[in-house]
Amino acid sequence: MEENKETILSVKNLKVSFSTPDGTVEAVKGIDLDVKAGETIAVVGESGSGKSQTMMGIMGLLAANGAVEGSARYRGQELVGLPLDSLNKVRGARITMIFQEPMTSLDPLYTIGRQIAEPIVHHRGGSFKEARVRVLELLELVGIPEPGRRIDSYPHELSGGQRQRVMIAMALANDPDILIADEPTTALDVTIQAQILDLLNSLQARFGMAVVLITHDLGIVRHFASRVVVMRRGEVVETGTTADIFERPQADYTRMLLAAEPSGHKPAPADNAPIILEGRNVAVDYATGGGLFGRSAGTFRAVDGVSIRLRQGQTIGIVGESGSGKSTLGRALLRLVPSSGRYNFETTDISDFGRAAMRPLRRELQLVFQDPYGSLSPRQTVGEIITEGLYVHEPQLSRAARDKRAIEALREVGLDPAARNRYPHEFSGGQRQRIAIARAIILKPKVVILDEPTSALDRSVQGQVIDLLRDLQNKNGLSYIFISHDLSVIKAMSDYVVVMKDGKIVEEGETEAIFEAPRETYTQALMSAAFTA
Amino acid sequence: MTDILTPAALPPETASRSLFQLAALRFRRNRAAMASCIMLVLIALFSFVGPYFISHSYDQVFPSYVSIPPSLEPRPDASSLQDVMESVASRARVELKEFAVEGQIFTATVTSDKPVDPRTTRYFDRANEFDGTQVVATEDDGRTLKLTGSVSREYFLFGTDSNGRDLMARVMLGGQISIAVGLLASLVSLSIGVLYGATSGYIGGRVDNVMMRFVEILYSLPFVFLVVVLVVFFGRSFILIFLVIGAVEWLDMARIVRGQTLTLKRREFVSAAQALGLTDWQIIRRHIIPNTIGPVVVFVTVVVPKVILLESFLSFLGLGVQAPLTSWGALIAEGANNIQSSPWLLIFPTIFFVLTLFSLNFAGDGLRDALDPKDR
Repeated sequence: MEENKETILSVKNLKVSFSTPDGTVEAVKGIDLDVKAGETIAVVGESGSGKSQTMMGIMGLLAANGAVEGSARYRGQELVGLPLDSLNKVRGARITMIFQEPMTSLDPLYTIGRQIAEPIVHHRGGSFKEARVRVLELLELVGIPEPGRRIDSYPHELSGGQRQRVMIAMALANDPDILIADEPTTALDVTIQAQILDLLNSLQARFGMAVVLITHDLGIVRHFASRVVVMRRGEVVETGTTADIFERPQADYTRMLLAAEPSGHKPAPADNAPIILEGRNVAVDYATGGGLFGRSAGTFRAVDGVSIRLRQGQTIGIVGESGSGKSTLGRALLRLVPSSGRYNFETTDISDFGRAAMRPLRRELQLVFQDPYGSLSPRQTVGEIITEGLYVHEPQLSRAARDKRAIEALREVGLDPAARNRYPHEFSGGQRQRIAIARAIILKPKVVILDEPTSALDRSVQGQVIDLLRDLQNKNGLSYIFISHDLSVIKAMSDYVVVMKDGKIVEEGETEAIFEAPRETYTQALMSAAFTA
Repeated sequence: MTDILTPAALPPETASRSLFQLAALRFRRNRAAMASCIMLVLIALFSFVGPYFISHSYDQVFPSYVSIPPSLEPRPDASSLQDVMESVASRARVELKEFAVEGQIFTATVTSDKPVDPRTTRYFDRANEFDGTQVVATEDDGRTLKLTGSVSREYFLFGTDSNGRDLMARVMLGGQISIAVGLLASLVSLSIGVLYGATSGYIGGRVDNVMMRFVEILYSLPFVFLVVVLVVFFGRSFILIFLVIGAVEWLDMARIVRGQTLTLKRREFVSAAQALGLTDWQIIRRHIIPNTIGPVVVFVTVVVPKVILLESFLSFLGLGVQAPLTSWGALIAEGANNIQSSPWLLIFPTIFFVLTLFSLNFAGDGLRDALDPKDR
């Protein structure tokens, strides 16, 4: 049905390169791409495949050391190398963009009304007052409740989903021909993700603009796009209609991407397996505000009376949206945040253990974080990072012995031992997460709390990290608490699932029971959002 | 970049580079910063090695050369030597026929109606300028003598001050003291400020409140008052200058490091260290301080010139280094007093001072760009 439509954006042999101290890096190596009026085209690829840089190159938004070559014609007008003032007539008016991070793409100093009016005033002239009517209309359109009141709100007064709606309103302000959505839902919770995609869908049906959706999430693509472009390492691997790509993928890479959904399941441990870590009535309060002498204005209860019991060899998955208190619960169980409740580790009551008393137990209880970029100190070598725990818990080890342990740990997580002399910034996200795991397991812990260990990773890398975690569990008899908002990963990893919302447990049970027959409406909403989006 | 076929492969780089090495790489490509570094090295060499290559010491007084302007010619110059020689010759009742100076040797031909007594050389030696006068040849039955001897001629490339001391030697000494004060006081402020700021920021809460209020109290004390009090208590000494300046400058450093620490302590690698069971002090030492190094190094390049200026301010008030020792600041103050009669006293120390400050600032700029790149 798209065949007879006019091609409005035609990209030919587009190259994007960056000059770095080590020479020129080609991020996009000559790709061809056509966007027809009114269609939805998805550009799919993993991080580093050049999918965002292609669009940035067309829009003239590359970093200072970037250069773009080739041709990108919008309705016959060449965009590459166009002077800035001519380019500005096209971008922001005819071609607009939404970015991934709604938290940072709005200016905190201006009201959202003013920010939406900005492109209108800029491209059509007139005053901000005149634009207000149009802004109200747009806010209504993107489904912001009470637009009359919200128009004078500042970005910090809105939730993430609402901010993304505001970004969409900004992008729609001038009735664009093409809307480029660069990972528009990646930073949002699953239920909100679904809402935003629905919104984009209905807006497209109404206004008939073309949508270029840049994403790594194939689930979104299947339900949203009519054509798919698969990119890898700056090249187009495969192009075709969505049905063709999903049913009859041609390239190995596409097949691999499609197969990268986490799979498998974990059997529950024996019923008589000893309880290794237990928390009863865990509650964590955060003080909000506070003055010179420690008076606090109020408290916010992040975790509210949660009880959890982890058996030897078990994996408990904790699911919840952002702000549900799942990460705080994990830290409370490790006694890293001040909290109330009763805690047992094996047979020891650790409820009243202070920091010093907990220290010897730290080697048994380890933590792996979400962000592999933030959890490794950039000024230490990988060897220093992973042997840090030994330095604390086995100070008698010689340098050589520590080095030997580092080599073992790196082998165990599937990294070349030579990695230990390098610095974290030289590694990819998946490799860094392996380093973080090596740091946790070098101490031979009994319990590892995994706080979103795969959320920052590409699907294919996620699969590898999950396999690694599974191997390590089988080999060393580890018990995991696996915190994630990603239900498919939880399903593959855990044998028991706890669903959390607003600091409380909504529902818990065996993985299969939760996934096959969720009882609570919240859980049902979560499932439907995650598996149909 | 994610490589899915060889998941565990190492990045295909040949050499591993730390963040610091990457920064050094970027720094080396910044021409202004590199030129500044070379300039700083040259100035340091001039100040510290220079004194071994000149014959004058910084406190040597030349009474015959008070406030003479800079010149590439040795002093005294040929014409004034000629004058001196003529007056000496008339005192010796001989007539000067020829006179020439070459380097440190002069030759003269004197004649008289009567044979000249070779002992007249004494008259020549009596003049300050000439020494070791000898008769080389006697002609015309002793009525003409050819004399030779050494002249003490001095080079004053930068001129001399109002006490007749060589300005170049004094600029070198001033450089030594200014650079030493700048570096040492910055080091003092660096070590106090980094430790204080990191501790305060990392521990946080009430400790942080108390520690930072203390800093604010110190901020509110007038600097000069503080210096006067310290000088009264401990007497005037060179070490005191480092301590006084360092004790004031660490306040800024502590604030900067505290701010850095507040952002760092929310990073996950700090949480990871806590989960590993590191103590607070170990975390501060192993994780917080190394990661604040970028802004700290940049700030130090700003502190060094500031400290040099502060020291000159103290010297100006008479609380700093005391004569015959000197610093650039003291030299400039002295030059400013004599700006009309002998401008070179101001010009030379100022050139060195300004060059140093410029270079430090450019180097600091370069360091900031190198350590805080947007592209990483």
